[in-house]
Amino acid sequence: MSRTLSEPESKALLASYGIPCVAERIVSDAGAAAAAASELGYPVVVKLAGGAITHKTERGLVRLDLATAEEVTAAATELLAAARPEDGEVSVLVAPMIRGIRELIVGVHRDPQFGACVMVGIGGVLAEAIADVAFRLAPISDIDAEEMIADLAGQALLGSVRGQAAADMTSLVGVLRALSRLADERDDVVSIDVNPLLLDMHGAPIALDALVETAA
Amino acid sequence: MSSSIPPERFRALFEPRGVLVAGVSNHPAKFGFVALHNLLTQGYEGQVFGTNLEGGEVLGIPMVRSVDELPADAEIDLVFVCTPASTNEELLRACAARGVTAAFVTSAGYAEAGDDGRRAEGRLVALADELGILLAGPNGQGVVSTPVGLCAQIVAPYPPRGAIAIASQSGNFVSSFQNYARAAGVGVSRAVSAGNAAAVGVPDYLEYFATDAETRVSLVYVEGIVDGRAFFDRAREVARSKPLVVLKGGTTESGRRAAASHTGALAADDAVFDGMCRQANITRAASVEAAFDAAAAFATQPLPRGPRVAVVTTAGGWGVVTADTIARSELELLALPDDLRAAIDERLPPRWSRNNPIDLAGGETRDTIPELLDLVTRHPEVDAVVYLGVGIQSNQARLLRDGRFWPNESLERIVAYHERQDARFAQAAADVSEATGKPVLTATELAVADPDNAGPRAVRATGRYCFPSAQRAVDALEHLWRYSRHRIRRGLA
Repeated sequence: MSRTLSEPESKALLASYGIPCVAERIVSDAGAAAAAASELGYPVVVKLAGGAITHKTERGLVRLDLATAEEVTAAATELLAAARPEDGEVSVLVAPMIRGIRELIVGVHRDPQFGACVMVGIGGVLAEAIADVAFRLAPISDIDAEEMIADLAGQALLGSVRGQAAADMTSLVGVLRALSRLADERDDVVSIDVNPLLLDMHGAPIALDALVETAA
Repeated sequence: MSSSIPPERFRALFEPRGVLVAGVSNHPAKFGFVALHNLLTQGYEGQVFGTNLEGGEVLGIPMVRSVDELPADAEIDLVFVCTPASTNEELLRACAARGVTAAFVTSAGYAEAGDDGRRAEGRLVALADELGILLAGPNGQGVVSTPVGLCAQIVAPYPPRGAIAIASQSGNFVSSFQNYARAAGVGVSRAVSAGNAAAVGVPDYLEYFATDAETRVSLVYVEGIVDGRAFFDRAREVARSKPLVVLKGGTTESGRRAAASHTGALAADDAVFDGMCRQANITRAASVEAAFDAAAAFATQPLPRGPRVAVVTTAGGWGVVTADTIARSELELLALPDDLRAAIDERLPPRWSRNNPIDLAGGETRDTIPELLDLVTRHPEVDAVVYLGVGIQSNQARLLRDGRFWPNESLERIVAYHERQDARFAQAAADVSEATGKPVLTATELAVADPDNAGPRAVRATGRYCFPSAQRAVDALEHLWRYSRHRIRRGLA
């Protein structure tokens, strides 16, 4: 059996390995969400978070680009009302809206044949349909990480495109190395999805959402 | 199975002082006959013995009814087993008592045949281990070792001597690769079908090939991999010392778990195997032909130090299509350097392409092609050359030979000239490659359409592979470059 960590728990684990994650606040009601948003600065993203919630986008539990306290209050109220009994304990996550148009997916998978492997791919909600991914077995070197990035067919996304700077390769390699290290050190981690790993307009990768599955 | 077998133990299998065929038959359709026949007809110089229940003589070899009756001074390292599975344990004991240290077991009825077979296989492995016998198979097709003329096999053809070592989980792929080797004239050092790989598996053979002075590249076919991580660790070590070309059948049973993770879902199919190959510097081939092409390229060409390719062609269209193929690959079509363009200008009339592909456009005279191949390959910005057009003059020679005006003294003179020219071109390509340490690949469909044409014939005579198309040459060159780049990046080359 396995269990999934909540989004904030997942990101905390990734952040502890040096993977850049979006700054966020976890609150329990709509008023606190609005206060957190004012503190972080608008616009923000508001999501429903909980250990048992896995596919937020599919369930409409992510609200993007909210510009005012009123919008945040309304969104948080709706999300809390959308929680289901099977979701268990839930909270509201407020994060700054990061500008960027390029979404990658990175992750860890334990293959029954080859053991822990690290993945990078073109991400976003269509990641599985696009299936432009590359794997390497953990542990990986910097060169392995560079080569797996180079394996992707969607190289054009990594260059400078539509006013966005080229991907910061050093940071991206760092993310993959960190995942490799995490997979190596934490036997109890069954899988990791970071989707999307956004490339911001300066090309820096930042984890907007993450899901870590651990052995129960 | 994941611990290594000392290479000297493979000597008994690949370079035995003498071979005993157990279970020889009188009937030319039986494996027990074929095995003895093949062993006696390809130049093996060790002593050959046989057992069969009737005694007598088969193919001039006196048969003994049991191993105990073999001459006392017989020096036998390898037993080639064609007897029924039920008798093999007793056979191995008797052979071990006579100093045999390797067995190739062709017998079926083991793990492939259900639970009883699996138990019998387990007993055979334990017994071989106890007796100090290297156990190949069971249920295998055979073993070939050209440096000693050893052809101990029951289905596959015998290849010319060369530098490709083959190990396969399917005997029929040994056969396929050896057929390609025969047709291409690019030979094989050792070949073995792993059969059920009960005691000795593909990674074990690979580790031996890595130490084998006769082998420059390994070529393997795998289906199921028992322990993926061990395969990775061992294959990576092998690929560090020599290129390793893998053809894989079947899609890996990766974790298509009904998991919450996208990564797990994307790990399905063989994306993980593919990444593993890249990481270990295993050359993964997409097809049987591509696997042989890559192995033949590794066996007969030096490794490129960079991606920049020059195409030398006697006809425009060939060059254009080849340039397109290069554009789709990880290779680069070199932008022709000014000094090289100027040097070519001095040797060709102005209608040549003046760019890469270097299309001679029919402007060549007697010595142009050898001079150009030399000039282009030696240029410091050129990492590799693809040469198209060998054999074209001999095409005309063939028409003259086959036409109704033949024989005729003046026709004979020109035919000889054409064929001599094509031979010179092939030789020039090989010579400059040798001199510079850069790959120079020759490609023409004549390699398969008319293998006796003087062009491909001369390429084979230089010991090189004549690629059947430019596409296949570029694909193979891309494999060479990837292998080389992996090493350069890691400071291994």
